[in-house]
Amino acid sequence: MGSVGAKEVPVLLSPEGLRIDGRRVDELRAIRIRAGALHHADGSAFVEWGANKVMAAVYGPREVHPRHLQQNTKAVIQCKYNMAAFSVDERKRPGLDRRSQEISKVIAEALESVVFVEEFPRTSIDVYIEVLQANAGTRCAGIVAASVALADAGIPMVDLLPAVAVGKAGGAIVLDLKKEEDNFGEADLPMAIVPQSGRLVLLQMEGHLTREELAQALDLGVAGCRHLHDLMKQALRERYASAPTETAA
Amino acid sequence: MSEEVTAEILTTHILELAGSGKRLDGRGADEYRPISVEPGFVVTADGSGLVRIGDTTAVAGIKLEPGKPFPDTPNAGVLTTNAELVPLSSPIFEPGPPQPGAIEVSRVVDRAIRAAETIDLTRLCVTPGEKSWVCYVDVHILDHGGNLIDASLLAALTALTHTVVPAQRFGIADADFPLEVRHQPVECTFVRLGDAIVVDPTFDEERACQGRITVATDEAGQIVAMQKGLIGAFSPDDVKSVVERAFRHGDRMRAIATGKGA
Repeated sequence: MGSVGAKEVPVLLSPEGLRIDGRRVDELRAIRIRAGALHHADGSAFVEWGANKVMAAVYGPREVHPRHLQQNTKAVIQCKYNMAAFSVDERKRPGLDRRSQEISKVIAEALESVVFVEEFPRTSIDVYIEVLQANAGTRCAGIVAASVALADAGIPMVDLLPAVAVGKAGGAIVLDLKKEEDNFGEADLPMAIVPQSGRLVLLQMEGHLTREELAQALDLGVAGCRHLHDLMKQALRERYASAPTETAA
Repeated sequence: MSEEVTAEILTTHILELAGSGKRLDGRGADEYRPISVEPGFVVTADGSGLVRIGDTTAVAGIKLEPGKPFPDTPNAGVLTTNAELVPLSSPIFEPGPPQPGAIEVSRVVDRAIRAAETIDLTRLCVTPGEKSWVCYVDVHILDHGGNLIDASLLAALTALTHTVVPAQRFGIADADFPLEVRHQPVECTFVRLGDAIVVDPTFDEERACQGRITVATDEAGQIVAMQKGLIGAFSPDDVKSVVERAFRHGDRMRAIATGKGA
């Protein structure tokens, strides 16, 4: 990708093979997932992932608004991914821009690929994702949070959906891009997998990759997702190991 | 019979056919519908192209205007891509703000054009930080027969390839000059129908499908953009195999867009 402007490009990979924040190429940033972070939602989760902070809430199954979106054979999943104005360096104009709408659409489709929507005809399952602090990988953090929140809401699904962005930075295929790697790297490839089948339900890509690099990136991403899956299950266990108590962010 | 019921019957039929390696219109799994391009379809545009893929029609028009570069890219022109699914293209569209489907088409097409570095944006800078060209790529879907992404990008690439920068009209240079297209991104879209993954889905196949995946390739053997959409899943091996297919189709479509092929 690389910006066209004449900006100082940071060194993304040291001669020792370490990244800008000292991580190895196959290392995730520190992740903390908390299931049940909100009082009033049917299900919720808060994800802190590197310098990202993302909250997800699930409401439903409930009546469909607007009514004409109702489907007679299944629930509709309505997802709203939203970035707070203060979540990025330069203030983001509030409201739905085209990027948010596209991300909302692909996340809703990824979630619907695993939720048993046919169990709840004529209802809506509403998923809200609020990005409070952003540092690359917010859609992946959003999916992780949303799928833990769906589980927290007791909505039946095939599996949780771990998600991570792989990419190319400083010439190497790396796991879990942070902001500098996203801005100045050569490629960005966010993905989400169904752990049971190993299949991808979200996949986007931008930049430049050869076929061999793509194969390497997919392997790295799947491995990263497997690790995330453990963290997600752990978060749900922590929440339900004892009787759930009232918790808040 | 209600529309919902007929759609359901059609979906079942399409999936059954796919199970025995067949498609409703008789095509093979790796076969595009006939593709035709018509550069210069709109004379009021600085560049244009009309593309037909089967019964899908997209027309792209390029307009260049002097404007200001973005503060973070003072040495570059500005490129914006927009796709509109106008109501005349299908009974399923209504007038109003763009729906998520149209936004996705716009963004996936824009991503391919941008990531492939199709246009050297620094060539569109007039005075650094002060004045640059703004290049608008507007795609209108006129006939929605499915696979809007491939048709839209092919129309945009055809249009860009035949664009003349109106420098004289705006008093920026003594003569107009052709826009230089450095790379040729082409997107190829596939859908899953049961165990089959077929290229160039029709409207009905898109409605029946269990997942859609688009791969953008350039002429140098690079993958420049991808998008998985709709409800469904693909294995990493599925992804690798559609990438190979996308390169094969992409080279043929590049030749068509640039007027070097059939």
